[in-house]
Amino acid sequence: MQMDPVVLFFLLGLLAGLAKSDLKLPSALYDTLSVFLLLAIGIKGGLELAKQPFLQVLPQALLVLAMGFVIPLLVYPVLRLKFSQVDAASMSAHYGSVSVVTYAVGVAYLSRLGVSHESQTTLFLVLLEMPALIVGVILARQGANQAGKGSGHGWGKLLHEVLLGKSIVLLMGGLLIGLLAGPEGIKPLDRLYLDLFKPVLTLFLLEMGLVVAGKFGALRQQGWFILLAGIGLPLCLSWIGIGVGHLLGLSVGGVTLLALLAASASYIAAPAAMRMAVPQANPALSLGAALGITFPFNLLIGVPLYYQFAHWVA
Amino acid sequence: MQFHSKSMLTIVTEALLENDLVELFEARKIRGWTIVAARGKGAHGEKRGSFDANENIQIELIASTATAEALAEEIQLEYGQHYALVQWLSEVRVLRADKF
Repeated sequence: MQMDPVVLFFLLGLLAGLAKSDLKLPSALYDTLSVFLLLAIGIKGGLELAKQPFLQVLPQALLVLAMGFVIPLLVYPVLRLKFSQVDAASMSAHYGSVSVVTYAVGVAYLSRLGVSHESQTTLFLVLLEMPALIVGVILARQGANQAGKGSGHGWGKLLHEVLLGKSIVLLMGGLLIGLLAGPEGIKPLDRLYLDLFKPVLTLFLLEMGLVVAGKFGALRQQGWFILLAGIGLPLCLSWIGIGVGHLLGLSVGGVTLLALLAASASYIAAPAAMRMAVPQANPALSLGAALGITFPFNLLIGVPLYYQFAHWVA
Repeated sequence: MQFHSKSMLTIVTEALLENDLVELFEARKIRGWTIVAARGKGAHGEKRGSFDANENIQIELIASTATAEALAEEIQLEYGQHYALVQWLSEVRVLRADKF
């Protein structure tokens, strides 16, 4: 079986990191690549979305948004078995929100197989980033004494962080640029934003491999529950995505991506938002699970697995 | 030329507090400050600077001893409990006393 080169780059980074190689990508490059990827995903989605009637997409978008609110509510009681209220709430936010890179790998996987998917999945990606963060903060703050110093930022600042975080601005901005400029307008930019997407993704995943390798050490102190949760949660949550995708009448490719979105855990937007909103929560716990376990699991096993699931259901 | 004694407050903390701290500096009428990205290791684990939420900054500002002490105490109360935060004061000598 031929392996996806995108995944191989991730494995290279992972192995280099585990072997303590001195390989390190400059953080400025990492920042640049993430800006590029977010814009490119947005533009691609916007171009496709331009072909769709808006009113047809709207009810779908609302259902997906609802899924974003429900997932953290389902995850929270499970995590509460083991973790404190704030830790369980913060982790629920991570698992309810989505990973853009995981989504990008899913898109690359489908395109390699020649399987098409609905254009609105990019919109779903944007929509799924936010709700879980809000639910996570509410879960963390329920019953807590708000007056205490250092118990996190107020809602105004928080919503600003959640709604105007870098990933939302770039994804949404790209989407609008693609939508407004149309295929003809974007044509001169094709080479950069469409053709170079996969090569850039490989570089990004090389760095992600290094980062994930760095998380393994910290995870060892957390015990078996976190490992179980990091693998069990995406497996269970993927079925919610499959259910919703099926309900929306998406194709196999679309269902696969929605399953992947439901299964993926945020490790950029969620950690930043949770750190501001719920500073009492241990960031190493959520980030360790989302990035150290769930991200590699989804990348290596999840993507092809959810594709299989989507096939069975179809 | 004559040197004047002032206090320098150095703050090492999480990058996501930058906007909050700058707002506080403005409110406390601090005249200027310098912020740099920082890497290192401490009680909150290793900060490799490769991740948005995992970045540290180091801030330096010069003020009168009373102002610097009050500011440090305020920051400690507000953020010390849950965020990675280390602060220290040092005595420095500056040429233009009226600048700080």
